[in-house]
Amino acid sequence: MKTLAREQKLQHLYWRAGFGLPFKPDQASPAIKNAVRGLLRQSGHAESLQVALPRTETTLQADAQNAEMRLLRQRERQQGFVLLNNSWLQQMTTSEAQLREKMTLFWHGHFACRLREPRIALLQHNTLRDHALGKFPNLLLAISKDPGMLQFLNNQQNRKQRPNENFARELLELFTLGRGHYTEQDIKEAARAFTGWSYNPQGEFVFRARQHDRGKKTFMGKRGSFGGEEILQIVVENPRTAEFLTEKLYAFFVSDTPHPERIRTLSTYFYNTGYDIPKLLEKIFTAKWFYGPDVVGSKIKSPIELLAGLQRQFDVTYTDGRSPLVLQRALGQELFRPPNVSGWSGGRNWIDSSTLAFRLRIGPSLLQDAALEVNLKPDDDSEPTAPRRRRQDGIRIVRAKANLNGLQQQLQQVKDRELIDKLSQKLLQVPLRPETAALLTQHIPSGAAHADKVTLLTLRLLSLPEYQLC
Amino acid sequence: MSALASGMLLVPNFLHGLDRSGLPLLGNSNGKRLVVVQLSGGNDGLNTVVPYQNDLYYKARPTLAIPSREVLTLEKGLGLNPAMEKMRLLYDQGYVSVLNSVGYPNPDRSHFRSMDIWHSASASDEYLSTGWLGRYLDSLSGPSANYAAIEVDDTLSLALKGERYTGIAVQDVKRFFQATNDQFLKQAAQLHAEEHSHHQVDYLYKTLIDTQQSAGYLQEKTKVYRSKKEYPNGEFARHLKTIAELIASGVESRVYYASLTGFDTHVRQAGQQANLLRELSEGLYSFVKDLKQQQEFDNTLIMVFSEFGRRVAQNASNGTDHGTANNLFLIGGKLKQAGIYNEGPNLQDLDQGDLRYSIDFRNIYATLLNNWLNGNAAGILGDKTQLLPGLV
Repeated sequence: MKTLAREQKLQHLYWRAGFGLPFKPDQASPAIKNAVRGLLRQSGHAESLQVALPRTETTLQADAQNAEMRLLRQRERQQGFVLLNNSWLQQMTTSEAQLREKMTLFWHGHFACRLREPRIALLQHNTLRDHALGKFPNLLLAISKDPGMLQFLNNQQNRKQRPNENFARELLELFTLGRGHYTEQDIKEAARAFTGWSYNPQGEFVFRARQHDRGKKTFMGKRGSFGGEEILQIVVENPRTAEFLTEKLYAFFVSDTPHPERIRTLSTYFYNTGYDIPKLLEKIFTAKWFYGPDVVGSKIKSPIELLAGLQRQFDVTYTDGRSPLVLQRALGQELFRPPNVSGWSGGRNWIDSSTLAFRLRIGPSLLQDAALEVNLKPDDDSEPTAPRRRRQDGIRIVRAKANLNGLQQQLQQVKDRELIDKLSQKLLQVPLRPETAALLTQHIPSGAAHADKVTLLTLRLLSLPEYQLC
Repeated sequence: MSALASGMLLVPNFLHGLDRSGLPLLGNSNGKRLVVVQLSGGNDGLNTVVPYQNDLYYKARPTLAIPSREVLTLEKGLGLNPAMEKMRLLYDQGYVSVLNSVGYPNPDRSHFRSMDIWHSASASDEYLSTGWLGRYLDSLSGPSANYAAIEVDDTLSLALKGERYTGIAVQDVKRFFQATNDQFLKQAAQLHAEEHSHHQVDYLYKTLIDTQQSAGYLQEKTKVYRSKKEYPNGEFARHLKTIAELIASGVESRVYYASLTGFDTHVRQAGQQANLLRELSEGLYSFVKDLKQQQEFDNTLIMVFSEFGRRVAQNASNGTDHGTANNLFLIGGKLKQAGIYNEGPNLQDLDQGDLRYSIDFRNIYATLLNNWLNGNAAGILGDKTQLLPGLV
């Protein structure tokens, strides 16, 4: 097995644990063990996402009688989501706490809610962020009491007289055990235990004792007058929860192809550490196999990884605040807008002929300040199409400024004949085939200045399918 | 695996299936095609197919109900919105079937989620990452080209995404061809037309090559024929015209997909919805005429649906809010039973102000897949669906 150079290992680590390694003039190359510790240390503290949202909405019940008023509020909510989206993408790009950003993105897809109110979405986001690198049972309890979650999965309607099973079902199916590891009766009993879990108009968790079913429940072979806390406790005591989470984390951080043996070892470790998330991640990132050929470059970048990565490495700044959101929607992953409670399916699902063609154009277009045009499908939940304008509504043009300064500086001393090798190692996570390298050479004028060669080669490399992998 | 054999895998699938003697590319599809028209935003079905003999309708909508004298009457106490004259012409020729109260259990009122359910044909507490038409492509025996299903748009809907095969989104054939015709990328793709050790790289190149080949094929096929039929103005009609041109040019696609947007009429609905329904009817009318002239109408079935209907009662702003069950149109030259397929909506027995569904939309899908596209509905939709008698 060919081992990777330290720099390439570092690149790999940063693509997986974060959003790529920025091109700095004097990039240090610490040993992997130290780099992993550094990532964990820099992510140790949870910095909240701070967004100043437009503020006329003061209640959760958006039940304004007047429809005109409702439209106004809708517009306000829409602006709110643009702000949320930009702020988070910006934080992913600039924050030193790369692992916390990445892990928050993972939980956003795991506890996937599509919320109406930006304020509630921000609250939920910061709950995920706070607990992203803690112990899973704490995260699970916090998110189960989160107003956005209670709203999205209808627990507000879960009452003693008329239980609503939505939250209980997804808790077992999507958040902890996975299909096939519980019965329909378990769902019914768990739903009873969560009756009365609610929130008030200020967006705070409230336990409504009068709506709570105090009776005895039989849940997964245990019997008692369980409340929600006990149900969560029983669920995390089941090692299957550790397995289920490890499978998902493995797919997110390592590879879409499951590796039962590695997953078994990792999940046992995860369970034995009391679901300590940073410890599990450290185990993954320091494993020898993590840098093996079946792992490095084997993942298709998610749209967010692609966009945050470009922004991080090439200082992309968009002319219009809506542009990042437009690109995300065109590529099929919009922050704060997961498709449904099961999150983004990821992997090859990111790719169809349209998204691939669009992906190949994004890098070169953003770097050249060229306009990217795309016709978006409407999203009537967040921004109802105005019938008179609807044709123009769909067409969005994205423009941005970017620079290659960091990359140029790193390559200043590199000789022409080594340029393609060096550059492709920096930009691609899979080896460039010699034939493709030769083709690239043909497309670069041999008399061009060094800096121009770097630019031209970068544009070509970013347009290759290889750039879509990490 | 020998280099030759594995290289073969990367030859675009349709090249294996392309038959110069004119046999249909998709041998098991009967040579028939389906055109899906999506009304995005939740079309108000009660003001589309109006129960104009029902007092409850007029009571629920004091200022929004369509007066009975203006309704374009059909049968069984139902009539069309006055903006749909062209649809009535189609109806009178026996080309239209109206299915009432179409929906699904535990309906979702979010546009996105309800559309997700219609596209993936899932239950409302089930989440699938493939669409019903994509799974149809997957189910076809033998090779299937990605242009077997074409959506006229820039981005592809979930409905057309399968596990192994996905459709393609093409707004404009020429533009699509130009966008995929970058010489450098074409040369790079050719270098990857053979074995490569990295499977994810292979997968992306294979998708790229398929796209380039499909764009080339569509460009080649359609460069001669232009429809001479008059279509109304607007993007929707232009998209239908594109579909007609693809069909008339002999493109071997089995599924086409087009959308008309803007049906989320919470405020001042009447004028907005009328404009949209006129656009829909006139577009479809020109499309049908065009296909008939090309002798392609009998092989074509059009399904018109929306993600949900509206609530029965109007709101305080002369609009309607998100509801549940809705009507659905099938349009074709060979319908088994044209006209009103089942009883109009029951306005007496409502579920908290919403219509109850009587036909599960997945049974319509199953019937179209089995009886029209020669597919295997049970394999595509699961074994719980039932075929609707006397439809197609």
